[in-house]
Amino acid sequence: MMHELFLIDWPFVEWLSPALVLILGAFLVPVFQGVVQKFVRLAVPGLALIAVLGTAPGTYGSFQFLNMEMTLGRADSLSLVFAHVFGIMALIGAIYALHVRDNVQHMAGFIYAGSAMGAVFAGDLITLYVFWELMLLASVWLIWRNRQAASMAAGFRYLLVHAASGVLLLAGIVLYYTQAGSLSFDAIEIGGTAFWLILIGFMVNAAVPPLHAWLTDAYPEATVTGAVFLSAFTTKTAVYTLMRGFPETEALIWLGAVMTLWGVTYAVLANNIRRLLAFHIVSQVGFMVAGVGLGTAMALNGSAAHAFAHILYKALLFMSAGAIIHMTGRMKLTELGGLYRYMPLTFIFYMIAAFSISALPLTSGFVSKTMILEAYADQQAALVWLMLSLASAGTFLSVGLKLPWFAFMGHDSGLRPREAPANMLIAMGIAAFFCIYIGVRPELLYQLLPHQPVDYNAYTLAHVFWDLQLLSFVGLVFFVLLKFMAPKDKITLDTDWFYRKASPRAVRFIHHYGTIAWRNLLTAMLWPLRQIVSQALRFHGPQGVLARTWPTGNMVLWVAVLLVTSLLLYYI
Amino acid sequence: MLVKLLDALVRNAGWLKWVLLAAMVALVIADLLIPTGYDRFVWESWGGFGALFGALACLTLIALAKGLGFGLVYREKDYYKDELVAYQALDDSSENRADTQRNP
Repeated sequence: MMHELFLIDWPFVEWLSPALVLILGAFLVPVFQGVVQKFVRLAVPGLALIAVLGTAPGTYGSFQFLNMEMTLGRADSLSLVFAHVFGIMALIGAIYALHVRDNVQHMAGFIYAGSAMGAVFAGDLITLYVFWELMLLASVWLIWRNRQAASMAAGFRYLLVHAASGVLLLAGIVLYYTQAGSLSFDAIEIGGTAFWLILIGFMVNAAVPPLHAWLTDAYPEATVTGAVFLSAFTTKTAVYTLMRGFPETEALIWLGAVMTLWGVTYAVLANNIRRLLAFHIVSQVGFMVAGVGLGTAMALNGSAAHAFAHILYKALLFMSAGAIIHMTGRMKLTELGGLYRYMPLTFIFYMIAAFSISALPLTSGFVSKTMILEAYADQQAALVWLMLSLASAGTFLSVGLKLPWFAFMGHDSGLRPREAPANMLIAMGIAAFFCIYIGVRPELLYQLLPHQPVDYNAYTLAHVFWDLQLLSFVGLVFFVLLKFMAPKDKITLDTDWFYRKASPRAVRFIHHYGTIAWRNLLTAMLWPLRQIVSQALRFHGPQGVLARTWPTGNMVLWVAVLLVTSLLLYYI
Repeated sequence: MLVKLLDALVRNAGWLKWVLLAAMVALVIADLLIPTGYDRFVWESWGGFGALFGALACLTLIALAKGLGFGLVYREKDYYKDELVAYQALDDSSENRADTQRNP
């Protein structure tokens, strides 16, 4: 086993938690400067990766808190497969961000990666929740530190959506504890409100439509290096929690299938390169969610394998897109073109990632995505299989053809950027290596998967024929219809419209008409008072009947009348 | 060197196109002739179905996306500009920073 190669007898601790290495390591960043700080920024994720590689399956770091059993390190085959790729990704992300001089971003990146790692190793729901929220609080800084108006606004929306989902998750956990009497994080087998609250909490982070718009709203506004971290951790932590808590939940089959198509359809319309890629996170996570929903050993293995492969190729896509933005300052396809001559390495790395996400044979996406499709074929679930295959075609259409054509090829935009900095290229090179290595030697990934033994061969004639035909004929149609594929300098409405436009409008509407109604109510309530006052004024006011000056003759008359009346009454 | 290689590929795009088309035809013929051994779905025994599905899928997605875009979801790029008013100072200062970098 791999962990035996890295088994280190750490002093003082039973188990070196990769999560705590990253989170505590983040606080070392501002202590140092210059070259020493760069070394620390590589050493921290490097040590975390070694800690993951040396983690043997088992339970570590258990303690009692308020009579509840907490577990920081539940290391089994499911948590370890995610921890491995998180460890690799944290190191790649750190290399990619090596040139950045912003301690806040570096700290946020490490705390974010560390808390994602902590969530994956959490053995109970409270530990999971703490790391879940820490992940949010750290990651939002990767958006805000872009220091643009759009980033600030998107960051606040990101924070609010996740804060709301965090409340749902916590409420679900509390209900679950009262019903199940345990906080242990395993398959959620009770039904009712707790089940749905926890599921919705996880689904928001997995970007399941209609709860997905935070992702495509916020990720394109993040910093160049921050987006690479963001693309890796939040959604894949959610996939892990769905795999752990909700395998074989039928709703996830259909939600996953819809996700795959939602993402690819919107990506066809996208103009911002990172927004296009963000839509493909939604789409690719849809494959994983669909695998979780099916819940067979093959499907769950496929979801875990696809999460592993996806983190690496999606990070590579975001790194290449980030390199373009870093070197040109532009992020719209309508403003790019002809960059292959000036950024050839970035172009090659991008295409390796694009072929991986499109599941071209000999790339990582092929050996993972076909596993999920094969699981559906085994169940003869034709409709879902066709939906996922349709999404595969759409993936190649946007990521493999549209984006590279209009950014790197196509018309000459007049931009003459230099190639990206060396540290960015090295990070991209490492990710590209994994994309191809996993595709060529899938058994190395398969031996990490949760359900062993993995009896699956991706390279059957049928799979290779199907994928090559699918991709090549998508390419043919793309070039035939090239003039219709040109991006438009527009934005697209998504479900975030409801809280960005409809809610403020509803609030303004309610405020306007509420104010009018309140004023009318006050007027209606004042009416009787006004009547009393006006009646009082009529009799007692300065011009009132009783305040009038009376002639003396009148007084005498009335006194006489009173006198006569009293005399009469006396005699009678 | 890499640029020269890429440039050579671009220069020979016409020739490459025919090579790729020939490869695609060969692929479809191979799929028609060689049984792949799967029969979970009826189409798995149809040679060349991957090619047909790929082309139809691409057309479907383009039609669906464009219909959705022009029919419902496309908006001008400043559609959400109102929400940026509170943070406008950030954009102004970043423009100043960029100007300073260009004209120190």
